[in-house]
Amino acid sequence: MSMPNEEYNDVEGGLGLFARRLIAYIVLVLLTFLCLFWFYLLFINSSRSNSELSRGFTLIPSTFFMQNFNNVIHGTLPIMKGMRNSFIIAGTCAIISTYFSAMTAYAIHVYDFKAKKAIFTFILGVMMIPTQVTALGFIKLVEGMKLMNSFIPLIVPSIAAPATFYYMKQYMDSTLPHAIVEAARIDGSSEWRTFNTISLPIMKPAIAVQMIFTFVANWNNYFTPALILKKDEMKTLPILIAQLRSADFLKFDMGQVYMTIAISIAPVIIVYIILSRSIVGGVAVGSVKG
Amino acid sequence: MAKEKKKTSQVVKYNKWGYIFLIPFIVVYLVFQLIPLITTIYNSFFENYMSGLKQVGPNWIGLTNYITIFKNGDVPKYFANTMIMWIAGFIPQIVLSLLLAAWFADTRLRIKAAGFYKTVIYMPNLIMASAFAMLFFTLFAKTGPINSLMIQMGVFTEPYEFLTYTASTRTIVAFMNCLMWFGNTTILLMAGMMGIDNALFEAAQVDGATSTQVFFRVTLPLLRPILLFVLITSLIGGLQMFDVPQVLTNGDKTALRQITTMIMYLNNHLYSKNFGMAGALSVFLFIITGILSIIVYKFSTSESNE
Repeated sequence: MSMPNEEYNDVEGGLGLFARRLIAYIVLVLLTFLCLFWFYLLFINSSRSNSELSRGFTLIPSTFFMQNFNNVIHGTLPIMKGMRNSFIIAGTCAIISTYFSAMTAYAIHVYDFKAKKAIFTFILGVMMIPTQVTALGFIKLVEGMKLMNSFIPLIVPSIAAPATFYYMKQYMDSTLPHAIVEAARIDGSSEWRTFNTISLPIMKPAIAVQMIFTFVANWNNYFTPALILKKDEMKTLPILIAQLRSADFLKFDMGQVYMTIAISIAPVIIVYIILSRSIVGGVAVGSVKG
Repeated sequence: MAKEKKKTSQVVKYNKWGYIFLIPFIVVYLVFQLIPLITTIYNSFFENYMSGLKQVGPNWIGLTNYITIFKNGDVPKYFANTMIMWIAGFIPQIVLSLLLAAWFADTRLRIKAAGFYKTVIYMPNLIMASAFAMLFFTLFAKTGPINSLMIQMGVFTEPYEFLTYTASTRTIVAFMNCLMWFGNTTILLMAGMMGIDNALFEAAQVDGATSTQVFFRVTLPLLRPILLFVLITSLIGGLQMFDVPQVLTNGDKTALRQITTMIMYLNNHLYSKNFGMAGALSVFLFIITGILSIIVYKFSTSESNE
């Protein structure tokens, strides 16, 4: 008895392999177009002057890219300050969130103590609760602490990041055997040192992936910073974008509007182009058990 | 015996470090999540808002805030808005993702440059939602490039004001949500499909099943737990819909109340300092997301027990 081969199966019913492949590629190319088209338009339009833009649609870049860039930087919206603020918040969050999430995961992974299971269950339970539902109490707390218009209430809470913790825990389950910790103890290393100099280096790949995700999430975050940061010089990019939207739109130089959007999303796109492999690889690990 | 005892105390000594390493997480969680949650619930029972420049309350009014936000039609309306836009985005998103994941995971199809396609379709997920919404606002504006293109191509005779009509605005929001999330869902579903025993596919092929039959009779039933996970996490995400409709409609200060989502409504109350109603709304959202979380939690723990 011979095994039925591909062709046999496909003739039997359904479409031939060639036809299926063709459809798959057509759909993929269309989706690629659908994903990239908007960014191409953004790039084209940010290189055109206001009068060129009002003349209509084109797919050919113009020559006003640098001029638009300079106009935005020296314009009325504090874009460069916003960028600096976004970098400070997202960068600090990325570092402390991953470090303390690794520490929390390490506590659950390595040690045995009474409340361990309860705490683990609790963290997983609250993982999906959105921060928006506690926003009211959060504002009151921040007002009470006199920390309005400060980066602290946007940075410190990222120490308790259940989703990052969960990813770290998953990663430790597969890469950090207890024997390593035991060996370090026998060699006389303190628990603090074992975590910082032996376990953390093993966690490097997971930390890198989570640093990127935390950075991007905070870079893009609009809801909470908009509630906390009211002073112009403290505002982050998403707040400035929303401000641009609510200003009298028609008075703006459209080339500058496109340039502002481009400046806001460019850092993430550049990071993504460089690190896309590990980013895409990291998406599935933290969410679903493979 | 003595040695045994010494060893135990040694282990206990180590294990106290479990608590020490948990301190930062627990302290920060208590201060910045749990206390705000309690304050939020507490505030929901008070009348507390600004009437012009005059502060009204806080006066204890029990459940009146809850009754008000339901009775005046706000919550039902904004909940419906949120759900309509979520469903309109989620259905094409899940269909596309299933299709793509099946193609990427299909060993016979051997899609070339799959890595490139995955990279491209995931990218919109990382884009700043508010900037992306601002981009769509300018592109779909009356004088924007989409209208110019349509007129140049002869599809429209005059500019169509996409963002002044409910249906077209909702479609744009749903389209953006789909575009931003289908890559993410594809990757999750692919991970699920990779986990299915290949022998099952081979057995189905030996039995003469077509690829369509394999998809509907083998892949889909085995993917059910992950589909449930995707559905519920996406629903929780959908309830949080804010950046895109907020920036697209400029926080809904115009006639377009059909776009206002639950979180936009919450945001409006927080800005106008109507803390009583904001509290009641938050508690309502907390209960819904809490129930959904329990389902997700049950799902992920039952998975790991297998």
